[in-house]
Amino acid sequence: MAKTIEEINAKIRSGKVVVFTAEEIIEVVREKGIKQAAREVDVVTTGTFSPMCSSGAFFNIKQQKLKMKFGGGFATLNGVPAYAGLAAADIYVGATAIPDGDPRNGNGRPGKFRYGGAHVIEDLVAGKKVLLKSGAYGTDCYPLKAREQTIGLEDMNDAFLFNPRNCYQNYNVAVNLSDKPIYTYMGKLKPKLGNAYYCSAGQLSPLLNDPYFRTIGIGTRVFFCGAEGYVAWPGTQHNPTAPRLENGTPQTPAGTIALIGDMRQMSGEWLRAVSFTGYGVTLSVAVGVPIPIIDEDMLRSVSVTDDQLKAPVVDYSEYYPLGQGEAKLGEVTYQALKSGSIRIKDQKVPTGSFSSYALARKVAHHLKQVIEDGDFLLTQFQAPLPGAATEKEAA
Amino acid sequence: MKQTKLVFIFPEDTVEEPVTYNLIADYGVRVNILRASIDPGKQGRMVVELGGEEIQISQALNYLESLGVVVAPLAQKIRHLEDRCTGCTACVPHCPTRALDVDRDSWKVSFDSEKCIVCFSCLETCVYHAMSVEEQFA
Repeated sequence: MAKTIEEINAKIRSGKVVVFTAEEIIEVVREKGIKQAAREVDVVTTGTFSPMCSSGAFFNIKQQKLKMKFGGGFATLNGVPAYAGLAAADIYVGATAIPDGDPRNGNGRPGKFRYGGAHVIEDLVAGKKVLLKSGAYGTDCYPLKAREQTIGLEDMNDAFLFNPRNCYQNYNVAVNLSDKPIYTYMGKLKPKLGNAYYCSAGQLSPLLNDPYFRTIGIGTRVFFCGAEGYVAWPGTQHNPTAPRLENGTPQTPAGTIALIGDMRQMSGEWLRAVSFTGYGVTLSVAVGVPIPIIDEDMLRSVSVTDDQLKAPVVDYSEYYPLGQGEAKLGEVTYQALKSGSIRIKDQKVPTGSFSSYALARKVAHHLKQVIEDGDFLLTQFQAPLPGAATEKEAA
Repeated sequence: MKQTKLVFIFPEDTVEEPVTYNLIADYGVRVNILRASIDPGKQGRMVVELGGEEIQISQALNYLESLGVVVAPLAQKIRHLEDRCTGCTACVPHCPTRALDVDRDSWKVSFDSEKCIVCFSCLETCVYHAMSVEEQFA
């Protein structure tokens, strides 16, 4: 009963497509079984909303009459340094960039990191203007040597997010074995296993629903912070060889995707700047990937539940930063993590998350709605991600 | 019985006085210490919930005044800015009184200001600036 993307798109166009979220599908499969559900269901939508540090934006600033070469010079936006080592008017602002002179960690105080690259991106998406300050060495063709001006997205020819690594397929659960509180990119960890943080939408997470990248590849169209975005490339650190459970899902951080999308289509509802006390600034990003139910195996993958997904518990006081001590303190299910506490070394440890399940759910429902409305068509990827099951099938 | 949340500010020379013991033993009030930072030789600050009959509390406050302890109503209040909250739950394991809690079906984070002891933990852990502190002039 294999279904093609074209057949599914025809159903989307005719308004007959059957779509469920990756959470709803669990109940559908329980009721109808894999065979019947695979015949009836065309698409399952996934979603995630989480800090993703490897994010940033390319801007092309409109030239004035008197032209300037930013390339090789410098540019800041609201004091946040942008990368200007590109052509005359292209710059890149990374989510984690912070202004010089920002009060950071020091004198025993964890920095607050109130404003950085992610905030610049958030402000621009919200329609606000930011202050551009730039300098250049001047050439015969680009004589202007300094430019200071408030600019918004309307003052740019192009503005797109290009995130080298998003949507980690699974992630560590962070704890602290030491006797001091520590401030990490996984939040403030209380001493002696005082708390544990996780960061994944679990059963709603895009890549956990397509563990072998059978439908998600280079060129896949996705929901990206309110825009129609695309998988541009395998994400940095993409690792398809991670150890896996019998259901195919990885037991450690594994696959990743690089995403690209037009900032002008994005909205502040789906993109938020965040400040990690004692760590830095980053950007929370909403991503939803539709998964075509091409066969029964695909349906089996998307009906995975939180109790069938496991994450490794890692000590961030010694093992993570120094590579010393026990690599893995245990393995816990997302069901346990979402219950509010887990057991590590015979100790009850309260849990919290940085990934918002509430918003992951909202993303998946939103994507379901736009597909049902005929406003979002599925794509056949142009090339598979490294390690994809399709490569083997094709061989 | 009356209950009230107060801030005690201790001058340097009273820090070594067993004030809490005296309040309980001599004035019969209930002292629940919500937060304290006291270093010998330095000014101390303690947030307490004081319980007892009106007369006991007023006598206890007179005693504190005689020591030079400044007593002020708990003047800060934490607010949960729901429109900024993503329901991520990062604040939940850090909240010592469960004033911040999450419904695990809707994944909506709720805040009960009655339970809040103004410890500022949530201000440090909320990455979305969804918790704020307000000065209150009571």
